Amino acid sequence: MSTQTRVAKPEKKEQPGRNRPERPIYLDYQATTPMDPRVLEAMLPYFTTKFGNPHSRSHAYGWEAEEGVEKARAQVAHIIGADEREVIFTSGATESNNLALKGVAHFYKDKKNHLVTLVTEHKCVLDSMRHLEEEGFKVTYLPVKQDGLVDMAELEAAITDKTVMVSIMAVNNEIGVIQPLAEIGKLCRKKGAFFHTDCAQAVGKIPLDVEAMNIDLMSISGHKIYGPKGIGALYVRRKPRIRLQALITGGGQERGMRSGTLPTPLCVGLGEACAIAEREMPEEAKRLTKLRDRFYSQIKEKLPEVFLNGSLENRIPGNLNISFAYVEGESLILGINDLSVSSGSACTSASLEPSYVLRALGVEEEMAHTSLRIGFGRFTTEEEVDYAVKDIVEHVTKLREMSPLWEMFQEGVDLKSIKWAAH
Amino acid sequence: MAYSEKVIDHYNNPRNVGSLDKGAEDVGTGLVGAPACGDVMKLQIKVSADGIIQDAKFKTFGCGSAIASSSLATEWIKGKSLNEAETIKNTEIAQHLALPPVKIHCSVLAEDAIKAAIADYRAKAQTKS
Repeated sequence: MSTQTRVAKPEKKEQPGRNRPERPIYLDYQATTPMDPRVLEAMLPYFTTKFGNPHSRSHAYGWEAEEGVEKARAQVAHIIGADEREVIFTSGATESNNLALKGVAHFYKDKKNHLVTLVTEHKCVLDSMRHLEEEGFKVTYLPVKQDGLVDMAELEAAITDKTVMVSIMAVNNEIGVIQPLAEIGKLCRKKGAFFHTDCAQAVGKIPLDVEAMNIDLMSISGHKIYGPKGIGALYVRRKPRIRLQALITGGGQERGMRSGTLPTPLCVGLGEACAIAEREMPEEAKRLTKLRDRFYSQIKEKLPEVFLNGSLENRIPGNLNISFAYVEGESLILGINDLSVSSGSACTSASLEPSYVLRALGVEEEMAHTSLRIGFGRFTTEEEVDYAVKDIVEHVTKLREMSPLWEMFQEGVDLKSIKWAAH
Repeated sequence: MAYSEKVIDHYNNPRNVGSLDKGAEDVGTGLVGAPACGDVMKLQIKVSADGIIQDAKFKTFGCGSAIASSSLATEWIKGKSLNEAETIKNTEIAQHLALPPVKIHCSVLAEDAIKAAIADYRAKAQTKS
């Protein structure tokens, strides 16, 4: 038997006259990111030679692993302006969100029983809130404005002296809009409520400072910032000290807030990913903004009836969410199979329901069905952007010629005037 | 979602895309589904004096399976009598295209579209006589 490893190469589908990419162009950077090779390089020694248990105190293997973990902790702390003693490692942002919400609610339940969040939060925040409601907590789900941003007056009105915490994401995973964190933090501080923010989509993309923004708890994800999957962090303020009840108990690691042996290579990877992102953020933001504008201006120039969902001004550089009116999103995705994009968040794209985030912006259901999320990132090139524009324009045009709604629109029929048979 | 080869084929090479004159006496038009649900099909038939479907056209707003279902429907009803066309069942369409359970409603919609087009033609014929 041959010991040679055979790697199955994906079959290339040749199409004459078209210069198709060998692999689909990845434009789904809000779902996940490829790991930066520099991150992998930093991690590798911790799988093999520096394999020690970072909690082993009696020998050099433990010490060098601990050193790796603590350096990573400092790197994570640095990018958000925190102290390293305020960062605990988790398995990812979902766990961080669960721990922040349930952990804090449980700890302070004798004094306060109310939480405030947005209807456009990630499923893991909304689901944790549902669980807390089942336990008897009260939760206010605030609507958002048409641009996807929180209404500060409504937020202020929602916070009472029973409100233990406000949880508002920094950057939305579907529409990329940035919430006014500093304003929210200031308000929460004034009203005496803790401020938790899910920063899975924000870290490394926009400047964050837990002091300037009065953030008390922050969730961080590894795989959204070119780090490994399976690792995240939670920032928990020390001054004044925020207490929380652990979800995972055991050996008391991570200051008792999260037991279990730390996955050293993953921690190192998250740390390195933060350090790279912090260093390159200003340049990268400029580059991505240019790419995004190049994409969007070409799309708007070549296609009528396209609409951007969510604020463009308050938005991370690497995200667009566009409705291509009269073209159903799933059929468009099927057509543009040289591009990897999604019609919503990866977590919910298995369902046929239109995005609850878009619905919360007041986007009509029929329009929500025509939306694509397009994410640009560190490895996106100008050539890829131009190819994507060409591919999307071609298929939207083709599908519109096939669309009865487009035909009616062209004929001046008001689609709202038709009595549709819902099914 | 992985689509069957037949769905992909109909999606890439849809048969009978287009429109017939909906005002014409020998044309029946069926418009089914709803934009809010993510599927709308328009299916039209042109019927000869002896009740044979001479031509069929469709336009569909919907996923790949919806496009394939309506494309296949137009292919199947061409050359059939109205009575024959009426007997086409959604299950046959679903089976032919190997639609997964979540996409069965696309084949239902195609069956509805055929029936609606035939009903429209018959209603027109009745008012004429």
